[in-house]
Amino acid sequence: MSSQVIFGQLLVGLINGSFYAMLSLGLAIIFGLLGIANIAQGAFYMMGAFFAWLLLRELGVTYFYALILSPLIVGLIGAVVERLLLRRIYKLPHEYGLLLTFGILMFTQGLFIYLFQTAGRPYATPPELAGGYNLGFMFLPKYRAWVVVASLMTCLASWYALEKTSLGRTLRAATENPALTRAFGINVPSLMTFGFGAGVALAGAAGVLAAPIYTVSPIMGADLIIVVFAIIVIGGMGSILGSIITSVSLGLLEGLAKVVYPQGSNMVVFVVMILVLLVRPAGLFGRER
Amino acid sequence: MTESVLTIKDLHGYYGESHVLHGVDLDVRRGEVVTIIGRNGAGKTTTLRAIMGMLEKRQGSIKICGHETIDWPSERIARLGIGYVPEERGIYSSLDVMDNLMLPPKLAEGGMSLDAIWTLFPNLKERRRSQGTRLSGGEQQMLAFARVLRTGAAIFLLDEPTEGLAPVIIQQIGHAIEAMKALGHTMILVEQNFRFASRIADRHYVMEHGKIVDMIRRDEVQVRSDHIKSYLGV
Repeated sequence: MSSQVIFGQLLVGLINGSFYAMLSLGLAIIFGLLGIANIAQGAFYMMGAFFAWLLLRELGVTYFYALILSPLIVGLIGAVVERLLLRRIYKLPHEYGLLLTFGILMFTQGLFIYLFQTAGRPYATPPELAGGYNLGFMFLPKYRAWVVVASLMTCLASWYALEKTSLGRTLRAATENPALTRAFGINVPSLMTFGFGAGVALAGAAGVLAAPIYTVSPIMGADLIIVVFAIIVIGGMGSILGSIITSVSLGLLEGLAKVVYPQGSNMVVFVVMILVLLVRPAGLFGRER
Repeated sequence: MTESVLTIKDLHGYYGESHVLHGVDLDVRRGEVVTIIGRNGAGKTTTLRAIMGMLEKRQGSIKICGHETIDWPSERIARLGIGYVPEERGIYSSLDVMDNLMLPPKLAEGGMSLDAIWTLFPNLKERRRSQGTRLSGGEQQMLAFARVLRTGAAIFLLDEPTEGLAPVIIQQIGHAIEAMKALGHTMILVEQNFRFASRIADRHYVMEHGKIVDMIRRDEVQVRSDHIKSYLGV
């Protein structure tokens, strides 16, 4: 087996891991703040890719502008969804959140299939990032290197914002004790709208990054979100850095499985999930409650 | 006579299906220190939570500085300049001491400076980078106090500030409350420790079964000590 194949698959794994990281990070923020396991995260990822594609086709907005604009639109849609729908179910048990967001996923996916059909739409690699580097042991396309760097930077920036800024501290306080945080005069309901918007915007940004690699299609988010939920279970809900590390490692593991035992590569994440659940039910970085 | 800053009329409060407050009436004037005393389960903590808008359901009237707040959300009530120190202290474990202290936004000018807070509670300064919940019970109480002193609040709701604390620390908390009173702050204090309460309060409201059943002024405390004992069940 050539090193080209091995490193090629590992790179794909690393890229998938970066997308998992952005999606699971958003999920962790949303779950912490709203108590909702947002399965619609996959739909927001898909929307991110679609808006980038639409912006280019309809308005001629190029990739780097779309990378800012599309997540912003996705975030605004998320904020509206939070205000109109999610807000009504905070007092109900977690299952309701899962069901409602599953409905949102189905609805959004159906709407996009109705408007754009299921066939994938190609999104050209931006010319600035075309080509690649020959590293000797493998060929590294520039765009793929950019995706890994950009998504990890986004994750680290989000982690920094949560841990080190005053907005992040307020978000953490609102996550830990919303009633008391409100009693200090902090508008927690608005923070929740913002948190949901920011969480789904991360998925939207992942969608834009993914557009030139995978074709843009209404169902691109549905498969991904199942894997991301498994990763959340593996990593546990406790730690932001933990979920980033888990995502990247499992992406790599999947890539490795494609080299060693391709038939099992789609399964490997779930096998790990079962093992982790047996040994550490709270997840690798999670805290027992 | 100075104006009322808090007037409660026929307040009913509920936790889920259970009806906890059955028509509370009380009135607090600017600069007063008032306690709510009574046995466990009488509804004292619930009254404070109702004032803060933290109950799922409440009815009646709560006027704060002239505003009817019965329909207001917590955050809006707090911005009228209220500092709340909950019974369980409510120190955030995901924040360190400094971040706990700096979390509540400024509500008005005239809050205590950080230096003044360090002078009042030197222990907190030493431990400012510790995780909030690693502090001792007394230090957590000081932190809960210090946290609302910074905000410029003029009305304070203090729920059992001396509960479970050593006498030395109770004294320190007592000094803090006296200092706040000297600054003209209004305080509503829920307190089991009547000896502590009687030293600092102008008036005592007695609560039983979700209602105010009596009011005892400072100058009546001696004469009515038998009443008070029976109210508190001691």
